[in-house]
Amino acid sequence: MSENSIALIFAFPLFGAVLCALVGRKSRNLCHPIAVASLAGALWGGIETLRRVIASEANEVSYYFGGWNADAYPRGVGIEFRADYLGTLIMLVVVGVAFLVAIYSKLPVAEETPEKEGSFYTLFLLQVTGLAGICLTGDAFNLYVLIEVAALTGYGLIAMGSARAAAATFNYVILGTIGASFYLLGVGYVYMKTGTLNMVGIQEVITADGLADSAAMQVAFVFICLGVLIKMAFFPFHAWLPNAYFHAPTATSSLLAPLVTKVMIYVMIRMTLTVFGVDFSFENTLWTEVIPWLVVIAIVCAATMALAQRDVKKMLTYLIVAEVGYMVGGIWVYNYYGFIGSIFHVISDACMTLCLFLGVGIILRKRKTTHFDGLRGLFRKMPFTMGGFFVGGFSIIGLPPTCGFFSKWYLITGGMLAERWEYMVALMFSTMVMVVLFFRLIERIHLAVTESGENIGHGHGDLALPDSETFFDEAHWTMLVPLLLSASVVLVIGIFNQDIVNLIQDFLEPFDLPKGTDR
Amino acid sequence: MRAVSEADSSIMFGEDGLLNELLVERFNYCVYVVLLLIGLYAMIAKNNLIKKLIGMSIFQTAIILFYVSIGVKEGGTIPIYVAEHDPHGNHAEHAAHPEEANATEGSEENATTATASHEADHGHHAPRSLTDEETSGYANPLPHVLMLTAIVVGVATLGVALALTQRIYRAYGTIEEDAVLAAILAEDAATVIPDVLSTKPKRAKAKSRKAKQA
Amino acid sequence: MVAEPTVVNDVRPLIAVLTPMVAVVAIAWSGEKRKNLREIFTLLAGLVQASVVLSLTPLVLAGNVVEFHVWQIFTNVPMLLRVDGFGLIFAAVASVLWIATSLYAIGYMRGLHEHTQTRFYSFFGVSLCATMGVAFSANLLTIYFFYEMLSVSTYPLVTHMQDKEARKGGRTYLSYLLFTSLCLLLPALSWCYVWLDGGQGAMDFLAGNSMSEQFSGTTQIVLLLLFTFGFAKAGLMPFHSWLPNAMVAPTPVSALLHAVAVVKVGVFCVIRVYSDIFGIEVLQALDGEQIMVWIACATILISSLIALSQDNLKRRLAFSTIGQLGYVVLGATLATKQGMGGAVLHIAMHACGKITLFFCAGAILVASGKKYVSELRGLGRKMPFTMAAFLIGSLSVIGLPPLGGFVSKWYLVLGALDRDYVWVVVVLLVSSLLNVFYLLPVAVSAFFRTEDEKEGEGGIQEAPWQCVVPLSCTALGCFGLFLFSDVLLSLAGLAN
Repeated sequence: MSENSIALIFAFPLFGAVLCALVGRKSRNLCHPIAVASLAGALWGGIETLRRVIASEANEVSYYFGGWNADAYPRGVGIEFRADYLGTLIMLVVVGVAFLVAIYSKLPVAEETPEKEGSFYTLFLLQVTGLAGICLTGDAFNLYVLIEVAALTGYGLIAMGSARAAAATFNYVILGTIGASFYLLGVGYVYMKTGTLNMVGIQEVITADGLADSAAMQVAFVFICLGVLIKMAFFPFHAWLPNAYFHAPTATSSLLAPLVTKVMIYVMIRMTLTVFGVDFSFENTLWTEVIPWLVVIAIVCAATMALAQRDVKKMLTYLIVAEVGYMVGGIWVYNYYGFIGSIFHVISDACMTLCLFLGVGIILRKRKTTHFDGLRGLFRKMPFTMGGFFVGGFSIIGLPPTCGFFSKWYLITGGMLAERWEYMVALMFSTMVMVVLFFRLIERIHLAVTESGENIGHGHGDLALPDSETFFDEAHWTMLVPLLLSASVVLVIGIFNQDIVNLIQDFLEPFDLPKGTDR
Repeated sequence: MRAVSEADSSIMFGEDGLLNELLVERFNYCVYVVLLLIGLYAMIAKNNLIKKLIGMSIFQTAIILFYVSIGVKEGGTIPIYVAEHDPHGNHAEHAAHPEEANATEGSEENATTATASHEADHGHHAPRSLTDEETSGYANPLPHVLMLTAIVVGVATLGVALALTQRIYRAYGTIEEDAVLAAILAEDAATVIPDVLSTKPKRAKAKSRKAKQA
Repeated sequence: MVAEPTVVNDVRPLIAVLTPMVAVVAIAWSGEKRKNLREIFTLLAGLVQASVVLSLTPLVLAGNVVEFHVWQIFTNVPMLLRVDGFGLIFAAVASVLWIATSLYAIGYMRGLHEHTQTRFYSFFGVSLCATMGVAFSANLLTIYFFYEMLSVSTYPLVTHMQDKEARKGGRTYLSYLLFTSLCLLLPALSWCYVWLDGGQGAMDFLAGNSMSEQFSGTTQIVLLLLFTFGFAKAGLMPFHSWLPNAMVAPTPVSALLHAVAVVKVGVFCVIRVYSDIFGIEVLQALDGEQIMVWIACATILISSLIALSQDNLKRRLAFSTIGQLGYVVLGATLATKQGMGGAVLHIAMHACGKITLFFCAGAILVASGKKYVSELRGLGRKMPFTMAAFLIGSLSVIGLPPLGGFVSKWYLVLGALDRDYVWVVVVLLVSSLLNVFYLLPVAVSAFFRTEDEKEGEGGIQEAPWQCVVPLSCTALGCFGLFLFSDVLLSLAGLAN
């Protein structure tokens, strides 16, 4: 069983999806348990895989589908799934987040998309299959297939909401297809020059044949990066994200917002480190000069747009765009600590975004709106929910001991060592903006003051609320427990960050990235 | 500038000239680039949603054509064992072929290694690696296989997108993008945030929040 | 600081830090329904914490250093609690004064029938936990953690009234504190982490850091500025505005902010950085270090001048605090043993004096509803204990013997003379004179001027006993600090 743990990570959700599709017509109430159970199985598979990777010598475990393994057949004949520390950690995050969202989604799905539970959970499980696959695959074309699996199911999940969601999804379809197709184009050029689609195989051919200067490979790199940048909503290709995630049903946005863009960052790291290699990606191209400046623009613009929002959920979607900027910057400052920061930020950002979106879902359910005007008095009504929500908020700001502080620490250190002061300034600026954003929220929940600065209520803490809103009325346990669990994960990952960073450092050792500490 | 020298014109028109290099030798790439750009233009600039989707199809088709075109081999036949290479047939040459362990340019999916004794013992013939001269006669099947997948993906995307277009049409009554945007803006302007927090007695308000209640 | 003290491992620092957090859980559980139980928990937590802290005194006086390893943050940076002389002084002041403040808060909040008292006491507890953590931090990263925790946990206290003034005050408060710590302090911390001690990043307060060998003079000055302004809780101008704006908070919070927790945390961090990250020798050898002395002196003088113009009593006291914090930072910037010791002493002395003044201001508010200095004429007849305490507190802040404030100012003067900064001594004298002008008239006019005869009727109308007892105790404490100053002196490393 445990040798096939990598395959089981897909087997469970895949069969769960089929089961949901079949069962969903007749008895809708079975779909939720099936989803939770299959994701529990996938989580087990993920943990088992991590254990095997840690126990292995080369810090990676390979799995060839169909038995086309490396001893008998040359690399690249079969489709290889390589679980190294990077892929395994992110895959664990994907499956863990999905598991929590699956538990959480019981009530929102029943209320927002009634009658459609069967289809919802089918697409949900397929989405998780796609995302987890992206993290583990070792084949460039298989990556495209899985990207599209995740994308298509994502389109379906988002469009299940209102008609407005359908309109937003249409935009997403157009842009997402452009992105994935650019990636495919890039893979085509790579295949043309190297003759193999296996990621490690491509890297071997590039070094063996000295393809670093080849124009076709450079074009391939450009197309692949461009495609991945579009899919990860890097400014200015972000236009699809705010509307799509805002109008999506609660369970969908809770699943997609933490995961999709982060997995695309993983793809970029994989492409630059494993496939094209450090020398090709960073030494030979102009991108190391240009991209940090694009990142600065991305972070600043996204943070400013988040400031302009009057709705919590919309504000969070713009924060996702800013966080993507952080991670892309971490990669392209081309520094060991920057990479640690970027990879750790993928993990921590997934957890804190999950925390925030779960909280927002609960707020939406209680107050029927996520607009700023509807937030007053929530600390009194739902203290635990708000506590969990603000753990996520403080993590985004970067207050210790949440994980957000540590990822920001590594990113700042990386930017400093690479002497990319513009990136550091952008990080500082956006941190300040995020402080304003979250404390504005706290003000609106906590104070009895109107937008224009007039007192509501009769002073002495009177928030001028109807009686129903002043009583303790927490969320249902299926929604509250995942939120509190994700808040604890945010804290735990922060406290035990060194253990995770050790694994990341083991992964990054062979790549010999510049550390910048010798001055 | 009446007299253009031989050397100058040959930069463009000669044997190694730009036009020759670009259009003649790399004709397939030009085609796909043109299609790509047409598709891209349609996706961005066209107003009608269906036209956008047509553009998306053209865009994806361009890439498919690109892949297929790079797999072309002059004089290559379909990648099914020719009689003399067939390990299962009577004309097969047993166990005398050296094992080629490396993946060659355009490696075949059916190239594996098997021991000769295994062949002899069980009487059935596992696939074996073919040498470079033998494979030069076959066309590369891999790009086509990849593109089958890509076509499937394209079809699925198109299906999803068309379903979305239907949904948009049912909700907004139009599939022109600017009209849909105008309807969305009007809807946003008319949206009233549900007033959960008021202590005043509730009056009947026009709640046009159909977006949230769809 | 001290060469090679013996390290003793003990869990008591952790107990001191965590006691308030345990109390917070108990307080939240008791809630509004079991009010008296809730107040008992608060007082109990204060007593336990103070006794644990004071029990560490004999060990530290004997020259030991008490440590407790909490958690390994990074491979080479632990979250380490360490109790040495400086930390013990601060912790003792904080924990003892918390008991007084808690009793006072009970009287104040009940007297004014304040709302959401449970939330108030809970965040009070969290703030004290953070303060204790700062006092016992052994390295820069630990101190940063507790510093940020304090900023966030005091926000609900500052915005307690939840009205528009609270909003404005809260916004100023947070923007100054969080922006400076995230934009100035964090880069400085990262810089030290990466390059100090050959990239080992220990950032420890005890090790002999080789700042001068590794960094150029300009880098050191830049780092010095980043650290000093990054710890905006120290109230150095121009990052001082948060303090007067935070006066919208209820008076126990202002007493907490001004005497015990927030401001003292700020200056304590500055002293730590100056004495243990940079070190006295490094600072004395550093060109341009006088900039810091000038900034401190400017803060002292300007804030004293502004205090003169304030009619709102609490705002006047706020600006006075900014000036007194300037004294502490001045002591640190003087970069001498006596200057540093004087600075740490001043933390204790000023804490006692200022908390008395704030307690009096709050008592006046509860008893008579008055907020402005101009209204206080003749109040001494009706509130003799309060105004007497106010007088004692004023004299301590001004720095007259036999009150505590004198001792610390004495050592500051000695430190200045050690560096031949005669002009600094002049600044100290001028500012003391200004202190006289803005503090003494309040008490004097309360006792000796009775302009409105209507005001003088009704005999003694003091604030509730829960308010008067603490302020009397702290006033007596000002005397006590003078009498027991030798203990403090040896803890501060100034013993003979």
